[in-house]
Amino acid sequence: MIKGKFIDNLPKIYGIYTGGFLGFIILMAICESAGMSAKLIGIFFVAFTVSIYAIIGYLSRTLQLDAYYVAGRQVPTVFNGMATAADWMSGASFVAMAGGIYFKGYGYMALLVGWTGGYVLVASLLAPYLRKFGCYTVPDFIGTRYGGNIARLSAVLVLTVASFTYVTAQINATGTIASVALDIPFGIAVYIGLASILICSMLGGMRAVTWTQVAQYIVLIIAYLLPVFWISNKMGAGIFPHLMLADEVARIADLESQFGLGTIKNTAADLATVPKGLAGITKAHSSVNATPWAFISLAVCMMAGTASLPHVMMRYFTTPSVKTARRSVGWSLFFIFLLYSSAPMLATLSKLSLMDPNLATGIIGKSISEVQALDWYQNWNQANLMFVSDFNGNGTLELNEFFMGGKAVVLATPEIAGLPYVISGLVAAGGMAAAMSTADGLVLAIANALSHDLYYKIIDPKAETAKRLIVARVLLFLIGFAGASIAALEIQGILGSVIWAFDFAMSGLFFPLVLGVWWKRANAEGAIAGMLLGLASGTAYLIWVRNGGAGFWGVTQLTFGIVGSAVSLVSMVVVTLMTKEPDAATQRMVDEVRIPSGKAVLGRQH
Amino acid sequence: MSKQTQHWEATRNLLWVTLAIWFVFSIGIFFFGAEMEASSFRPLGYPLSYYMTCQGSLGIFVILIFWFANKQEKIDEKFGFSEKEDK
Repeated sequence: MIKGKFIDNLPKIYGIYTGGFLGFIILMAICESAGMSAKLIGIFFVAFTVSIYAIIGYLSRTLQLDAYYVAGRQVPTVFNGMATAADWMSGASFVAMAGGIYFKGYGYMALLVGWTGGYVLVASLLAPYLRKFGCYTVPDFIGTRYGGNIARLSAVLVLTVASFTYVTAQINATGTIASVALDIPFGIAVYIGLASILICSMLGGMRAVTWTQVAQYIVLIIAYLLPVFWISNKMGAGIFPHLMLADEVARIADLESQFGLGTIKNTAADLATVPKGLAGITKAHSSVNATPWAFISLAVCMMAGTASLPHVMMRYFTTPSVKTARRSVGWSLFFIFLLYSSAPMLATLSKLSLMDPNLATGIIGKSISEVQALDWYQNWNQANLMFVSDFNGNGTLELNEFFMGGKAVVLATPEIAGLPYVISGLVAAGGMAAAMSTADGLVLAIANALSHDLYYKIIDPKAETAKRLIVARVLLFLIGFAGASIAALEIQGILGSVIWAFDFAMSGLFFPLVLGVWWKRANAEGAIAGMLLGLASGTAYLIWVRNGGAGFWGVTQLTFGIVGSAVSLVSMVVVTLMTKEPDAATQRMVDEVRIPSGKAVLGRQH
Repeated sequence: MSKQTQHWEATRNLLWVTLAIWFVFSIGIFFFGAEMEASSFRPLGYPLSYYMTCQGSLGIFVILIFWFANKQEKIDEKFGFSEKEDK
């Protein structure tokens, strides 16, 4: 059936895979109507998809350095776009984003703008140049461009801080989904999640991660879009929700004022009875509810963070050429756009289906006892994601008496809207794919930086290929294990730590990376100062604000990257100008990076 | 002026144009959130502020990157710095 090389048959292989997955969904739907239990369907969905990823991971095993570190630099444009989209869209994007929009409205959408706008910076400022450079990792670029172990080590430090903050959140998300779908305790589910992550990356490194990420993207995008379209059609809101929900958005605004949003406030004593982590609807759905600076500063941090996060950047090291790296960024953003533009629509549909008394699913205005008797309410109340309480004692559920967890928007809406359980199973598989793919990319980014930059380039430059690959795998295992152990402690929420990761990356790496290409005069001393002072000042600001500090410039703990990167830029420029300009060889190297033709600066195997 | 200097100058000009468009749709328009919301221009019936955050800016970024990639390829070709099709 398949002849010739794997790379030449990609569309066919993933076409068959997609068809097979759709067939599996239909099979599950048939099983459901034949009486298979909801729990069993959930288990089948997660187990089936995860074992496919594991098989792909195993088939992609390799003993070659450039296959392990950069997938042999032969990933075609569109497929690299899909892999990057999966790499990028984390468990937070999949499970928590629609919920964030649902509860916080306009102010939260700064994240959507930031997480997409950052790709313009990636495409124009960095990706094609770093691809030309021919590095294996981001610190590899910093270390070679600026020269010296201190610069390399500083980059490894920033990378590790940022990516590790991010990866614990992803392993946490994998554990959450696995524990719900497989019905096992969270503490165990985290390690099952970790095992599946490691199977996908350990044997084949970047090559294995690339081909599993493409498979994961296909699962997650089907799992996200199918329910959105289905619910929209079922509610009669529109065949194509993205283009047709204007009336629904307006209707929510009407209902908000009808139900007294913002005028009826809950007392602190009442709120204390609401389970932790749940929130009520307190902000308007569509109207502008944030100051320009609050919106813009958050968007700026996410954009600069996107351009500095190593697990994204290293995806563009895997394309065959500079030209394809550039185009690949466009495809990545297109595939991300498909999901991000659907999240606000899902939030709208979800909110309206609960709020509108004209819909059969609407619960606001119904009697409390009636709502408490609903099957889905009981399910999600038990899962600690939904709560109602009759604060004013009138026996009717008011808007301010209904509370929900952010994850419920994605996880529970299909059930509320009356879709078959097979869709909920599909959504669980999609969430798992999203969290696993990002965790894979991050764990690999950290382990590769440590094995290539720290171990090979600094500690043991004479190490042989076989030894280097063993070290890389041992580190991968250790990093994953450390991430899972911290995730098992459940000390932080998913979304907060994701945003911090962007701020850390932006504080330390944004300007040293950009100026490395665009400012020939930039030298090692400046870059080191930029990375270390940027990271230190950003971290210090975060700790200060977390401990009750007042802050300045309206910078919050979510946007501390503004302070960090400002310090980074100033110190990098000042220190560079105070010290010697880089030598002629380095300047020639920068010239070489700026043109697509000719040999890469670093060799194919290095 | 050498070919390489000219190439870099053209590349830099393209960068400024790209970043200017990027700035307008990622930062510039959000200084005017309230004005956008009040605007009578409502794409597909959505309030303009809502539309830009859900789809508008996001879609423009996608188009912008492809436009930029095309332009840059033309610049590379013009000065003879594009890669040989090796694969």
